[in-house]
Amino acid sequence: MIKIIVGRLLQLIPVLWIILTLTFFMSKEVPGGPFSAERQATPEVIARLNAYYGLDKPLWEQYLGYLGKLARFDLGPSYTYQSESVNEVIARSFPISLQIGTLAFCIAAVFGITAGVIAAANKNRLWDYLPMSFSMLGICLPTFVLGPILALLFGLVLRLAPVSGWHGLNYVPFHPMIMPAVTLGLFYAAYIARLTRGGMLDILSQDFIRTARAKGVPDHQIILKHALRGGLLPVVAFLGPAFAGLLSGSFVVEKVFNVPGIGQEFIKSVFNRDYPLVLGTVAFFGILIVVFNLASDILQALMDPKSRK
Amino acid sequence: MKNLFLAVTLALCVGIGWFWVRRGTLTENGYSLTLREANEHKILLITVGSEPRTLDPQEAQGVTEHHIVMAMIEGLVAPGIDGESKVVPGMADRWEHNEDYSVWTFHLGERRKWSDGEPVKAGDFVFSYKRMLTPSFGAQYAENLFILKGAEDYYSGKITDFDQVGVKALDDRTLRIDLVGPTPYLLSLVQHDSWLPVCPTAILKFGNIDTRDSKWTRAENYVGNGPFKMKSWHPNDVIEVVRNPLYWDAASVKLNGINFYSIENLNTQERAFQAGQLHKTDQVPLDKVPYYRRTHPELLRIDPYEGVYFYRINVVRKPLDNPKIRLALNLAVDREAIVKNILREDQKPATGYTPPGMGEYEPLNKITYDPARARQLLAEAGYPNGKGFPRFIIHFNTLESHRAIAEAIQQMWKEELNINVALENQEWKVYLDTQNNKNYDLSRSAWIGDFMDPVTFLSMWTTGNGNNNTNWGNPKFDALIEQAARTGDPAHRFQILHDAEDLFLSDLPIVLVYWYTNAYLLQPSVQNWNPLVLGNHNYKFIDLKSERELAK
Repeated sequence: MIKIIVGRLLQLIPVLWIILTLTFFMSKEVPGGPFSAERQATPEVIARLNAYYGLDKPLWEQYLGYLGKLARFDLGPSYTYQSESVNEVIARSFPISLQIGTLAFCIAAVFGITAGVIAAANKNRLWDYLPMSFSMLGICLPTFVLGPILALLFGLVLRLAPVSGWHGLNYVPFHPMIMPAVTLGLFYAAYIARLTRGGMLDILSQDFIRTARAKGVPDHQIILKHALRGGLLPVVAFLGPAFAGLLSGSFVVEKVFNVPGIGQEFIKSVFNRDYPLVLGTVAFFGILIVVFNLASDILQALMDPKSRK
Repeated sequence: MKNLFLAVTLALCVGIGWFWVRRGTLTENGYSLTLREANEHKILLITVGSEPRTLDPQEAQGVTEHHIVMAMIEGLVAPGIDGESKVVPGMADRWEHNEDYSVWTFHLGERRKWSDGEPVKAGDFVFSYKRMLTPSFGAQYAENLFILKGAEDYYSGKITDFDQVGVKALDDRTLRIDLVGPTPYLLSLVQHDSWLPVCPTAILKFGNIDTRDSKWTRAENYVGNGPFKMKSWHPNDVIEVVRNPLYWDAASVKLNGINFYSIENLNTQERAFQAGQLHKTDQVPLDKVPYYRRTHPELLRIDPYEGVYFYRINVVRKPLDNPKIRLALNLAVDREAIVKNILREDQKPATGYTPPGMGEYEPLNKITYDPARARQLLAEAGYPNGKGFPRFIIHFNTLESHRAIAEAIQQMWKEELNINVALENQEWKVYLDTQNNKNYDLSRSAWIGDFMDPVTFLSMWTTGNGNNNTNWGNPKFDALIEQAARTGDPAHRFQILHDAEDLFLSDLPIVLVYWYTNAYLLQPSVQNWNPLVLGNHNYKFIDLKSERELAK
């Protein structure tokens, strides 16, 4: 097991290298530069700025320089946030996305699994249709619709939550993280509910469940003790990448609630041609995704003896 | 199953309880305020739109940056309560100029201090202008200082001795400025970011004179001389400034602090305003304007703004190289309809290039809606009823309102002139690239004035200017701009600029659309927020009234 984990973590290095190399050269290919603006600076000024940030050097030299700095965990300066380095931008924005993402993950898992289990246990009855129609709604309703609706309801009508911002807001009982987390969480909950229902129905139709029923085991024990473990396997496979996705923030939700998370840094860095920030966030997300995929694989192996090798 | 429900309910209760407990720690921050509390404490809550890239005035490039910097750094003079043209003393308490406005002397007033306690000296201005003009510093706005004698030579390396540049500290409190030509609008110019002073000790503490992006702009290191000083900076969220007790005129500052929120999304701005988190928004979403007009006209403010919206025409592309066709395109645009039906924020149809509001300078009334004459001109140019007119493309950056305007113009040209136009949108930086490389037929454009003089609009159209980007040039126009720069008499100078603009509008390398307004939401508790054409409010005049005072 440990061998597998170490092996997978070592794979991270070539994976990251390939991602970064592709991103590096692709981002430089995109038209427009970090210093172009509606009010055009003179070509001399642009040349001076390029020289200042080393963008006048040949591409391969810039590339090697970047890899060299990366080896020292230095992601370079940000062009957008002129007094901050990319390391600092990630260090201040990730904790915010981490809080929102973790809460959203909990909401998604708790609501999704509960709804899925209830639906599977009541197959083709009211308590199947009800949670499943809600989950369909959740999948169809994009975050840029759900977010403003929640903001209107809880922010403007009930005045329980701020509609914008993060630092120093005093809203009780709704911390500024709650509405973004609910918006993100409900979307994922809908997926998880459907996955759980499918997985559970699959298990519930198997022989060992029938045997348990025949032996007179009560329904709730069958579901919680015997079926849940196997029924959640497809969900667990989804949870790894989902958690990574939630932690990396969401541009839309962060814009709707004006939360200074890492999701908008990633998107804005591309718009601003802030090359170091593009590479920094890509590398960071790459690590997140690899690590959480690994975590979900490990969890799956622990839950399912068949997949252990 | 019951257990599961119980667990979920329990988890929710614990969660909510946890936030109740955290309440105590959250209030200590001090800047979480309802509107009523903010009014009582005199803390202004406003948004300036997007996040500023920097608060170093010499690296700043935009309006967003300027509106925050203004709270913390004051120039030689400052905007008055009624507008940028009626200046009030800033660091200088009096000033004089020679007869043709080419030599100015500023006398710094008493008690002018940096927020670190050091006095503001005339030499600090010399240091600041030297920094702007140091080539390796790469200031995007260095050009603004080229009206100083010798500045351009210093910048291009022809001279290396900064003493030869036309800015001198005669003593600690006297600053002499020698200009290359008469500049009657200098007082407006010196309010621009590029002319603001920076504190030499603060700059040199974190690098050299030419170090970019240094850490001096961080909240804990920032040194200014304005009515407010920085308390905290949370990127993409809020910048908090508080009253600066060392400010020379601290007694007339009315607010105790300002929170500048970075909220890019206009709908979020509007929601934050409705929720009582803001005194003022930066703009109003276009589709919400009719709603506020109908239900809350007292909250909606629409001020004139120094900006013009137009399409650049690439004048070397056929058949757009023919001035008759360019005029025909202009005459076939019903600007009134665009302003009334699409924009709805009281914008004015642009009948000239320089917008109204530039003091004594009368805007031109040259281009109007005249489809009959447009058709006639098109026929004269060899395309009767648009027959055989090649299809061309309007190019714009991706934004809903740009598309709506382009579609309207596309339809007007189809109906009036029977010519076909295609629309093409591009992502912002790609669009800028296309425009700068002059790789377009027609390109959406806009220009916002930097200071109160028509030259801020007209000088960009000289031949080969970096902001011209139309391939258009006219030696006569260049000569008039040059002549204006050498003319000291303000009235005569405006006449020359008027002639230049008239010439420009005869050649028309652009399609005029509209003159800007600035629409925003403002709480009635905000006092002295007067309509200013450049939107540069001197925050020391702004006041907040509590509900009790308003009721009276």
